[in-house]
Amino acid sequence: MLDDKDRIFTNLYGKRDRSLKGAKDRGCWQGTKNILKKGQSWIVEEIKASGLRGRGGAGFPTGLKWSFMPEAKEEKPSYLVINADESEPGTCKDREIMRHDPHHLIEGALFAGFAMGAHVTYIYIRGEYVREREALQCAIDEAYDSGLLGKNACKSGWAFDVILHHGAGAYICGEETALLESLEGKKGMPRMKPPFPAGAGLYGCPTTVNNVESIAVVPTILRRGAGWFSSIGRANNVGTKVFAISGHVNYPCVVEEAMSIPLKELIEKHCGGVRGGWKNLKAIIPGGASVPLLPSSLCDTAIMDFDWLKDNQSGLGTAAVIVMDNSADVIKAIWRLSKFYKHESCGQCTPCREGTGWMMRVMERLVKGEARIEEIDMLHKVSKQVEGHTICALGDAAAWPIQGLIRHFRSELEQRITERNKVEIKYVAAE
Amino acid sequence: MEQLKKILINGNEIEVDSSLTILQACEQHGIEIPRFCYHERLSIAGNCRMCLVEVVGGPPKPAASCALQVKDLRPGRNGEMPEVKTNSQMVRQAREGVMEFLLINHPLDCPICDQGGECDLQDQAMAYGLDFSRYQESKRSVEDINLGPLVKTSMTRCISCTRCVRFMTEVAGVSELGQTGRGEDSEIISYLGASLSSELQGNLIDLCPVGALTSKPYAFTARPWELDKTETIDVMDSLGSNIRIDSKGSRIMRITPINNDEINEEWISDKTRFIWDGLSRQRLDSPYIRVKGKLIKCSWNDAFCTIKEALNGKKIGAICGELQPIESIYALRNLVGSLGGKTECRIDGVLFSNKNRCDYVGNGSFADIDKCRTITIIGCDPNFQSPVLNSRIRRAWLRGAEINYFGDKCELSFETISNENSLEKLDKFLIKKDKVVNEGDHLIILGRENISGESGKILLEKVKNFCINKNSKFIIIHSGANSVGAIDVGFTSDIGCQKLLESSDVIFNLGFDEMELPKKDKLLIYQGSHGDVGAANADVILPGAAYTEESGIFVNSEGRPQMSNRVIFPPGDAKENWAIIRALSSELGIDLNFNNLVDLRNEIYKEYGFLGETNNLKENQVKSDLDISKFQLKGEIKAVGTKSYFFTNPIARASATMAELDKLKASKQKKNVISV
Repeated sequence: MLDDKDRIFTNLYGKRDRSLKGAKDRGCWQGTKNILKKGQSWIVEEIKASGLRGRGGAGFPTGLKWSFMPEAKEEKPSYLVINADESEPGTCKDREIMRHDPHHLIEGALFAGFAMGAHVTYIYIRGEYVREREALQCAIDEAYDSGLLGKNACKSGWAFDVILHHGAGAYICGEETALLESLEGKKGMPRMKPPFPAGAGLYGCPTTVNNVESIAVVPTILRRGAGWFSSIGRANNVGTKVFAISGHVNYPCVVEEAMSIPLKELIEKHCGGVRGGWKNLKAIIPGGASVPLLPSSLCDTAIMDFDWLKDNQSGLGTAAVIVMDNSADVIKAIWRLSKFYKHESCGQCTPCREGTGWMMRVMERLVKGEARIEEIDMLHKVSKQVEGHTICALGDAAAWPIQGLIRHFRSELEQRITERNKVEIKYVAAE
Repeated sequence: MEQLKKILINGNEIEVDSSLTILQACEQHGIEIPRFCYHERLSIAGNCRMCLVEVVGGPPKPAASCALQVKDLRPGRNGEMPEVKTNSQMVRQAREGVMEFLLINHPLDCPICDQGGECDLQDQAMAYGLDFSRYQESKRSVEDINLGPLVKTSMTRCISCTRCVRFMTEVAGVSELGQTGRGEDSEIISYLGASLSSELQGNLIDLCPVGALTSKPYAFTARPWELDKTETIDVMDSLGSNIRIDSKGSRIMRITPINNDEINEEWISDKTRFIWDGLSRQRLDSPYIRVKGKLIKCSWNDAFCTIKEALNGKKIGAICGELQPIESIYALRNLVGSLGGKTECRIDGVLFSNKNRCDYVGNGSFADIDKCRTITIIGCDPNFQSPVLNSRIRRAWLRGAEINYFGDKCELSFETISNENSLEKLDKFLIKKDKVVNEGDHLIILGRENISGESGKILLEKVKNFCINKNSKFIIIHSGANSVGAIDVGFTSDIGCQKLLESSDVIFNLGFDEMELPKKDKLLIYQGSHGDVGAANADVILPGAAYTEESGIFVNSEGRPQMSNRVIFPPGDAKENWAIIRALSSELGIDLNFNNLVDLRNEIYKEYGFLGETNNLKENQVKSDLDISKFQLKGEIKAVGTKSYFFTNPIARASATMAELDKLKASKQKKNVISV
């Protein structure tokens, strides 16, 4: 379990002063200028050495991503874009950072932006996050007023602006290239890659898109050293991580914990256990809606990090744990996710546009058992036809929960179909 | 710069330009890759996912070959050549998957769909489709939209490839179509539900890979396999677009473009495409003579006799219209010449001489628009003269060329640096540009109307001098399909049109319908295809073939001769134009030295060898012998295109579709005025 002294977000619960003064008292903005003096490459190397992996879901090493940025030129400025379009069902970690601990993010933006030669950072915040935007904007204004941002940020001589942009509530705008399109004022539809944003991103200029949490942990890493950060957790899965646990637990919560914490420990320690006891656990979705679920049999030994979950055909995603006990209808739960993806598919490319609707409709019938057993295999094939054939990862995200369901709960699907068929036979007999 | 890179495609080593996409590289080497959204003249969307290929050593999923450039391919771990597979199991499965997705919501209405037989979806379903459907849910249906009188919609068939949206935005230059909604519910709609106003909208019909956008006038009239296809040349404007005319029996069913990178690329204007209903209306199908003020039907013999009697020692003069091929113009020139009369094709009074071809053709080509960094348009409304030409200029603008416009106010689909209407400013502009423009990097597009008269002559000389100084090009845009050709074969006189008409007792009018001729005490002979202005006040009418009914040579604004082909036969007693003149000549006892089309063409080639080199652009030398420093340009640039775009020739005036378009345009303009 993470010691209190190792916590990065000391006001995650919002019980303390979230203003600049409060944040400064807790250590934000301390010696920022001196760290900036160490130079751009030092920051990138330090982040590389810390082993920080992107907190948005894919887990790509953050320092490496920054090092892809080409040298900034006058005619083509570099941009840092922070993805605060946190729309993944079950995920609410960035929200707590933005409304209670926003100065971590703003200071992190300054470090990251400086490291990659960007003078402007855009924070693209989810449309539904109205209060969060107000809190974050308030913090940004405070930072400007006290000279932490602006033409001479922290008196370091580096001009740095943070612009908060409010989205309009489309899930797809959380995909990095769709986010850039939306930021440019166009319809939020993902771009083809290559070119990657580091080559041609926002307005055709080199751009790095990072998750809120990835940026917000940067100041503390730089202050306490890469060695401290990498000493937490397992090898290749290091640091602290903000988990958001929801569903059938006694106390749903957002909590900062060490990476690689066992799932059972996470739930027992912070959430007061599963409703009705650990034995009552049916399944969990470990990382937000778009990763395959884990059945209870795997939950006993589950370790919450990138590699363990990947090895077990799931993923850490955004570390939003959705817990389902035995009262949950797991088929219906996955149908609801399918419905979500069908609704949020942007409609640009064929497999996702047509496939999400198809999968949702088959799931709809499977919930009621109005299907044939063979259709389970067909659904699996259709999901495979969507996965990997689309422009962005939304197609994969729509396919994985269904694949997880079929992998672990096939018997339940079959049972429901058989039971339904029995009922129908009865009706026929009664006529 | 072109950089070659070696890659393996399906195990074969090929060397290709690294800026090409995989799809283009495969195409160059004869490997076909199915596609719906990709179109070589539009931007890359990459949304249909039909062109997926396997990149060996890349991520374990297929990549869209339309968007992946050869230079982005990475070599293998040990420096092996990058490898792409287009026929692997993974590729086949991916394409079958995409095809299944495309078909689940596509209606099975091929039997009643006009695209049937030439549908990309049908064709590719033959290769990648399943023989049954696994989809058991309800299909999606989409409400149709009204895009006006040309494009018929059936939006349920749409596969959201967005070719139409990209065409309208990029090529036509009007953002009238867009995709709204998300996911399954995304639809292609027009802005605020309005009908399309672009004069290039007909191309959407060709672009649409399925039957979502089809031709309204052609709807339900024929199947593609029943049609006879003839490749020929369009005469609606001076561009000389290459077209294919599809006919069924004696009827023309539709007109589609043929790719010609030098001229029309693969677009044609709506006037070119939808003119065909005008070819069967208002046709002259029998000779007429005027008896006691009334036109009555007669035989060819009677008509010729009337002419012979009327001629009897009187002075004859001839004029010609814009739709006539070289053959009839040349034959008439010889006939009238033998009778001691004069001929004139420059009805608008523009006095080009055919001594120096550069003075009425220029030295440039349409393809030069793609090369130059600065383009100056003088006295020419490009969209009125030819929407296809206009789209080419727009593309130059999109790639960053500087466009300057001097002329009457008109709607342009690109932004201009200078936009003036005064000749003084043009004068200053040319002097200024003379200093800044790089050699060979400038093109002037000159409207024909503005080089008439004394001031026009000075303008032309100034343009020529500019081109000589900067080693650059200019083209003169004419209004008719064969305006250049008529001058080429010397259908001109030294006295000009007005005097010729006044001094002649008998006027032979070869298909000129744009204004009424002075009739007083004269005999008017009209030879042409349509009962229009020319026929209405004629004394003798000789019914001729329209451009689809005879083979002929047409010379476009660049000076490029092209040969058209006969698609169908002329209606009734109407005959090919050159044959009528030949028959008349023997009636008049004049020996014209040819008895058939081959002889006639040989005669023409003997005199004008370059006309025989069809499709070939003859280089013209710019010469100027006038000292322009003494002269200054004054006044305003003449307005061009005062008539409706849809009514510029007798065929168009006979077309109901063109009338409908004109009405629609007028009502739209009226609406705009009110809303302003």
